[in-house]
Amino acid sequence: MTASTSDTRWLYAQPHDHRIARLAALAIVLAVVDAGIPSPLPGVKPGLANIVTLLALETLGWRAAVWVSLLRILGAGLLLGSLLTPGFFLGLAGGVASLAGLGLTRAWPKRWFGPVSASLVAAFCHIGGQLLLARAWLIPSDNILYFVPAFALAALLSGLVNGIFAGKLLEGSSCAPSTPSPSP
Amino acid sequence: MSRLIRPGDWLVLLGGAVLTGWLAWQLWGQGQARNVTIRAGGQRVASLSLLHNRLVPVQGPLGVTVVEIAGGKARIKQDPSPRQYCVHQGWLSRAGQVAICLPNATSIELTGPDQPYDSLNF
Repeated sequence: MTASTSDTRWLYAQPHDHRIARLAALAIVLAVVDAGIPSPLPGVKPGLANIVTLLALETLGWRAAVWVSLLRILGAGLLLGSLLTPGFFLGLAGGVASLAGLGLTRAWPKRWFGPVSASLVAAFCHIGGQLLLARAWLIPSDNILYFVPAFALAALLSGLVNGIFAGKLLEGSSCAPSTPSPSP
Repeated sequence: MSRLIRPGDWLVLLGGAVLTGWLAWQLWGQGQARNVTIRAGGQRVASLSLLHNRLVPVQGPLGVTVVEIAGGKARIKQDPSPRQYCVHQGWLSRAGQVAICLPNATSIELTGPDQPYDSLNF
């Protein structure tokens, strides 16, 4: 069958897609900034981009958060040249585990649990996913357990700080879907 | 609803802190060793406190292995074994650490207040 003009398909980006793309772009910038911050232990990073994932979760829902997170991991991998390296897969494992954890926190009552809870759960899931993959694939030795408390402490601190940041930004509700955003 | 840190958040934070503390206690807190057990040919020769600095000669089939205890640590100071692995291991300070000299069949093992696990037979 030959291609003709009638076969042309147009894919229109909905406003929802624009919001996801905008958040993903923001997350990629933060991920690049994140990679530039020196860290005492490989794998310990503030995870600034997770703030954006939290914003997406609170304003657009879990599926949007999955999109933003995975787009950020892919985009940051492309920009940093780490695509398909062990570090990329560690980030992916942590990201997927985080999203699973965030999915769990969605069921918690909003009255009692806010973005700080979501951020902390996501941070601990992140190191959990990373460590599982590292233990199973990269460093198949129990010596890796020696670093676990340091990772857990980093998750506690970064989870708390990122959660407070996300909460502050949500209070301003500058990125709530109800407010019309200026077109680029 | 609009409060930045809600009651449940404190609970989650506390849970995370407890988890971190528990992990650190479990994985790092196995602490300093108290005693060293010296073996030769599978037989226990001596079990000594690490608090007293001393040199302990142990007789093996090849010759004398010298164990040094100093400052809460222990090491194989001298050994007639050809490859000197146990000497190169240097100072041992944590409970559960082991240095084995082959073929002189001598070894030292550090033990603490509670033994975490036997790293050789686990």
